[in-house]
Amino acid sequence: MSLLASARYHLNVDLIGNGFLRYERRKLERKLANPRPHPHLGPPLVTAAELKELISRHYLKGRYASGHKPVAWVTSGAPVEFLQALGFFLLYPENHGAVCGIRRKAEEYCSAAEDLGYSRDICSYARTDIGSVMTGKTPVGTLPRPDLLVCCTNICQTVLYWYRVLAEHFGCPLVIIDTPFVYDSASDHSVAYVLRQIEQAVEVAERVAGRSLEPDKLRQVTQLSRDAVDLWMQVLERCRHRPAPMTAFDAFIQLAPIVEMRGEDFAVGYYQRLLAALDQRIADGVWALKDERLRLVWDNLPIWHRMRWLGERFAERGVALVASTYTNAWGELAPLIDPAHPLESGARTYLHAILNRSTGHKLNVIKGLVSDYQADGVVLHSDRSCKPYSVGQIDQRGRLVGAEGVPALLLEADHNDPRSFSEEQVAARLDAFLEILES
Amino acid sequence: MGSTVALGIDLGSTTTKLVAVDATGALVHHSVQSTAPTMAQQAAALVAQARLDLGAPDAPLVATGYGRHLVQDAARQVTEITCHARGVFHATGQPCTLIDIGGQDTKVITIGAGGKVMSFAMNDKCAAGTGRFLEVAAQRLQLPIDAFGPLALEGDAEEPLSSTCVVFAESEMISLLARGVALAPIVRGLHRSLVRRVAALARGAGAQAPVLLSGGVARNPAVRALLEAELGLAVVVPPHPQLAGAWGAALLAG
Repeated sequence: MSLLASARYHLNVDLIGNGFLRYERRKLERKLANPRPHPHLGPPLVTAAELKELISRHYLKGRYASGHKPVAWVTSGAPVEFLQALGFFLLYPENHGAVCGIRRKAEEYCSAAEDLGYSRDICSYARTDIGSVMTGKTPVGTLPRPDLLVCCTNICQTVLYWYRVLAEHFGCPLVIIDTPFVYDSASDHSVAYVLRQIEQAVEVAERVAGRSLEPDKLRQVTQLSRDAVDLWMQVLERCRHRPAPMTAFDAFIQLAPIVEMRGEDFAVGYYQRLLAALDQRIADGVWALKDERLRLVWDNLPIWHRMRWLGERFAERGVALVASTYTNAWGELAPLIDPAHPLESGARTYLHAILNRSTGHKLNVIKGLVSDYQADGVVLHSDRSCKPYSVGQIDQRGRLVGAEGVPALLLEADHNDPRSFSEEQVAARLDAFLEILES
Repeated sequence: MGSTVALGIDLGSTTTKLVAVDATGALVHHSVQSTAPTMAQQAAALVAQARLDLGAPDAPLVATGYGRHLVQDAARQVTEITCHARGVFHATGQPCTLIDIGGQDTKVITIGAGGKVMSFAMNDKCAAGTGRFLEVAAQRLQLPIDAFGPLALEGDAEEPLSSTCVVFAESEMISLLARGVALAPIVRGLHRSLVRRVAALARGAGAQAPVLLSGGVARNPAVRALLEAELGLAVVVPPHPQLAGAWGAALLAG
C-alpha cells in the first residue's frame, strides 16, 4: 500500500467527499421533509437521504481505494467477514450491476459484452459487469481494480465462468468457494468441505493483504454482520403490519447496505435508524400506500429497470408488495451466524443460501411469507437471466394455485436487460391477475 | 342504466369486435373489423353506429383487448382474460378450461363457478403459438386464411416442421415447397406445430374437460381437430368464438 494513495484517499473521501455528501444529504433531507404528494404512494422513507449518502460514500471509497486498501471483488453470496477483518474494500459486481440497471445503463454495457461475443443468454448482471469492465464505463465514477476475486457458487454456476473472465482480464488471484447443493439440510461433510475452502481463502487473502487475520477482529466483524442481518429481518417484519409501512420496492433499495456493507458498523447503525423510522410510521399511521387493498409476495430478483413503473402500477391499484423471497434471503439465515465460531458458522450459513437449496424449500419460504404477511397472492418473476432462481417456478405456481389455493402469477422479464421486457405483455398479465384478486 | 342493451368492444391486435346484448345476455348485434392504426377513432365510430342502429344512445359500454384504454367512452376497461371467461361461461354455464387463440396472444383460462377466472397462462414473448403464425404462413403461400384449415384436413399426409419459430418455419416451408412437397401436408404440419405449442401451454395450466376454444383461430377446423388429438380431450367451439371477449365485456357492462 502506498502513502501517496492513502493521502489521496483521505483527502478525497474523508475531507472533501464526506463534506460534500453530508451537504447533499441535508439538501435531500430538506426535500424529503416536504415531499411532493403522490396520488397513491405515501411519503418516502425519511432515511432515504442517509441511504443515498451511504451508497455514494461506498463507491467514493472504492474510487480511491486502490493503493490505500486491498480491493476484493466478490459475489453477492460470498463469505466476506474475513475479508472485512483483513481491511479489504469490497466491491459487489452484482450490486454495481443493479445500480447500472436502475440508472438505465445496463443495456449499453450488456450490448458491449455481446459485441465481444458473450451470448445474450448469459445473465444480464454478468454481461453488465463484463461490458462495464471492458469499456471502463460506470455510472458511479470509477471502479477500483481488484487485487483479489472471491467467487462463491452458492448463488449460481455462472459466477464460475464470469469470475474467470475477470481473473484473466485483471490478472489477479481468484478464489473459488464451491458450495454443494443442499436438498434438505447441509451434511457435516459439506460444511467441513466449505470450511476448508474458506480457510484456504483466508490464506490467499492474507497474502494479498500482507497481514494476518486477527481472530478478535474477525469475531467483531461477524458480530456486526449478525447484528445487521438481525436488524434487517426486523425491518422486513415490520411489513407484516396491515397496512404496511413500506413495500418490497423500498426493501429492494434498502437492501444495499446488507449486501455491500455487511460487517461494517455503519450498516448496523443505518438499520437501527430505519427500524425506528418504520416504528414511527406505524405509530403515526403513515403507510407505504395511501389505500392498501391487496397484499402480494414477490419471488425472484426485482426488475431493476422498471421499479418505478411497476411500483406505481401496483400502487394505483392499491396493491402492496409486502414481502419477497429475495429480500428475505438476506435475513433468514441470521440464526446460523455465530460470532463465537465465525468460520465454521460462516460455512454453514453460506451453504444455506436460498439459491443453493431445493425448489421445495423455496416453495415453503413462499408459503411462509404468504401466511406471515397475510398476502392475497404471489407474483413469481420468471427472470430470463437468473436460471437458478427461476427453475421450478412453474411447479411452485402450480402448487400455490392448486393445493394452497393462493392466486399466483408468472411474470416473464429480466432483472437487468430491458430488451427482455415487454411492457404491454407484463401489463396485460398483471391487470388480469389483479382482476382475479379483486373479484 | 336506463337501457336494456349493453355494449362490449374488444380492440384486439388483429381485429376489433363489437357486441350488443339484451337484458338476458343474448347477442343482439355484432360487428367485426380489422383493427385500424387509428384505433380510438375506429372504436368511437363503431360504438356510435351500434348505438344509433339499436336506438340506445345511452347503452353502457365496457372495453377490452389491447386497445381498451383508448376507448374513452367506456364505463370500465377490463382485461380480455376476464371478458373471455365471462363470455364463454355465458355460453356453457359450467366451469371449464378455455383456450383462446388470438392474433398475438394465446391464453389458457381456468374458469370456475359463476364465470370467475381461477387462473390463467399466456404464451411468452413468441407469436409461434398464436394466430399470427398461421396468418404469416397463409400469406406466404398466397392462400386465403379461411381456406387454410380445410386444406390441412384434406388428407392424413403430414410434413413435420421442426421449427417452432414463425420466421424459421417460413424458411422451412419454402425449402419443402422447393423440394416439390405437396401443399396440404405442409399446411397440416404447420397446424401441428402451432397446436403442439398451444397444447403444451394448456397442459402446463392443468387443462381439464370440458375444454372450449375461442378467438379468431377457433374458426379454423384443423386447429380444433388437431388440438383434440394432442390433448386427448374433446374441444368444443362455442357459438361466435371470435366474439367471446366482446360478449363478455357487454355482459359486464349490462
